[in-house]
Amino acid sequence: MYVIIAGAGKVGWNLARELIAKEREVTLVESDHARYRVVEEELEHAVQYGDATELWVLERAGIQRADLVIAVTGDDEDNILICQMAKEKYGVQRIVARVNNPRNLQHFRLLDVQPAVSATDLILRLIEHEVPEYGLVQLLALEDEHLEIIELEVSPGSSAAGRRVQDVELPDGSLIISVLRGCAGFVPKADSVIQPGDQVLLILDPGLEAQITPQFAPNGASPSA
Amino acid sequence: MFIVIVGCGRVGSAIAKRALDAGHEVSVVDSDPLSHERLDKDQLTTWEDAGGRFTVSTALEIDGLIEAGIEQADVFVASTSGDNTNLVIAQIAQRRFKVKRVVVRVADPGRASWYAEQGLLTICPTQVAIDEASRVVLA
Repeated sequence: MYVIIAGAGKVGWNLARELIAKEREVTLVESDHARYRVVEEELEHAVQYGDATELWVLERAGIQRADLVIAVTGDDEDNILICQMAKEKYGVQRIVARVNNPRNLQHFRLLDVQPAVSATDLILRLIEHEVPEYGLVQLLALEDEHLEIIELEVSPGSSAAGRRVQDVELPDGSLIISVLRGCAGFVPKADSVIQPGDQVLLILDPGLEAQITPQFAPNGASPSA
Repeated sequence: MFIVIVGCGRVGSAIAKRALDAGHEVSVVDSDPLSHERLDKDQLTTWEDAGGRFTVSTALEIDGLIEAGIEQADVFVASTSGDNTNLVIAQIAQRRFKVKRVVVRVADPGRASWYAEQGLLTICPTQVAIDEASRVVLA
């Protein structure tokens, strides 16, 4: 597998190291000359100097035969362009883009630059997972499949607390797939009773969260409010 | 026509003034409030008094683009100093806001010609300079 990585910052350099250690063929492209010299001392011919948003630089790096292009520069526009050209001009099968500013994630989606990874977003999700008062945690978004898995805490006094799974009023397109109680989890049956303090995992069509969360919040309020 | 121009540098500000003079409605966006001076330079009245609009926003900020009126724009011009910024916002204007006429300034001839093939109206000052200079040099 041949991998081109644009941007030899901390992310790019460490990715290159890891991939080289796994015996992948890697070319790292860096546009800052001082940075290039530093990285070159370690990676030698595996790093090239140049602006990876320029076609000739990508071609010199061998983009025509790349199996994977990873754009991890500090500039979201550059990452979008690199991945867009890799995919649409050079037919690269797989791309990965870094999102520096999570507000720009919508632009990556609009221009079909996927997957787009935002470190800020990942850390935010971890925080949400560790801080229960946020109530709803998105565990997994399967964007191509239009499904997501969320985790909700069952508040005491909520309409779901004390009810059987089959009696919880959920919209079509959503399903309780797991209950976490204490340190264990189980897959519930229709007559399993949900208790206050449980964490429930649901699979759902994106966009149904607002109809689902009131069932698990005290007095039907939105738990994240 | 209603024209939204992002990037109030030499090119953007000059197009803006020319369009306003020609009687069009013009809204300019730039992240630098001081770039507004280019719109007032050599004019009898201020840009706003002449009927122009100006919004301070970075190019990728959707709220700023909406405030500038991108949803109503007949023409969108991307003329910031960054090729990649221009190419990204031009595609946002085209795909998300369905602006009919989108004009993009791209300094790099390679990117300009490929994105032109993809349906963007790219203008490459570098290519114009190359062609013009070659013509004069080789005359």
